[in-house]
Amino acid sequence: MSKFKKGGGKELPAISTASLPDIVFMLLFFFMVATVMRQNTLQIENKLPYADQVEKLDKKSSIMYIYAGKPGPGYKKFGTEAKVQLDDKMVSNVAEIQAFVQENRNKVGETRVGRLIAALKVDKNTNMGLIGDVKEQLREVNQLKINYATLNGDPTKKNR
Amino acid sequence: MAKRAAPDVNAGSMADIAFLLLIFFLVTTTIASDIGINRKLPPKVEITDPPPIKRKNLFEVVINHKNALLVEDEPMEIGDLRAATIAFLDNNGNGNCDYCKGSKDVNQSSHPSKAVIAVKNSRETSFSTFIAVQNELIGAYNTLRDREAIRLYGESFQSITQQWKDADDDSNEKLVLKQKRDAIKAMFPEKISESETDEGR
Repeated sequence: MSKFKKGGGKELPAISTASLPDIVFMLLFFFMVATVMRQNTLQIENKLPYADQVEKLDKKSSIMYIYAGKPGPGYKKFGTEAKVQLDDKMVSNVAEIQAFVQENRNKVGETRVGRLIAALKVDKNTNMGLIGDVKEQLREVNQLKINYATLNGDPTKKNR
Repeated sequence: MAKRAAPDVNAGSMADIAFLLLIFFLVTTTIASDIGINRKLPPKVEITDPPPIKRKNLFEVVINHKNALLVEDEPMEIGDLRAATIAFLDNNGNGNCDYCKGSKDVNQSSHPSKAVIAVKNSRETSFSTFIAVQNELIGAYNTLRDREAIRLYGESFQSITQQWKDADDDSNEKLVLKQKRDAIKAMFPEKISESETDEGR
């Protein structure tokens, strides 16, 4: 009988999971920082169309969003016709876009007015008539840089 | 009496809590991405004397209220639009465009720099069709620009543009890339007009 036990019976030590929370917290913080909560509550349906020849918009601060689409569920009191939404309110008269543009120009400051882009986030089922009216209003105040917001995808496929 | 050590707080469930939060943020995250088609509207000044555009240099795409396409007075499916646009732009009717590979049809555009695409839509056209048409037209330009960029510089127009965007301001590299980019753009300048038809009024 030997005094020392040899090899064999020794079990592998369990892997320490003490650092698991740290790793998970790291991931957590990443997602917390990367998350952008939606600024405006959408009162309209807003399913963007698909396109693949797209450009990325940078410089977030000089973009103003103009939403358009049919009133969403819960806002049916505004009717079923497509409407324009600026910031948090639905607008029935497209001429209000002019004031909206001026307001945004004051906000970004004089030096960057030329770099202000109007991003049109329009529901894919909207009629072009409304968009034509919006474009007309933007031309009226000389806001000529626009961007049709889309999702990335092939638009020629069916069911899109 | 022996001093008893304070018992450790069990931290085993910490990971579970963190996972719960993590999954919440994973689900709610939409990585903000603003992509889209950039366009420039024409300024609101009455042009008293519009420059004449020859009919053969004009490529007319009409979208009606049923979202059907009429291209150069012929009905067309959206899938064929890109190829038709490329054929029109690259046509080289005058025969003085040395980088064009088109069919030299005298009844189509004489030079890419003279070719104009006119998109006309009805008020009842849906936005998705309009965007699909715009997308195909830009796709045609991008295909041609890529072809020339690869021939001249050995890389695609997209990659030159991307590098130009990523380069540091005022660096020599950015200047070179800008020159390349402008040269390609001058070969196939993007001329797309948008207007509304009177249909259905």
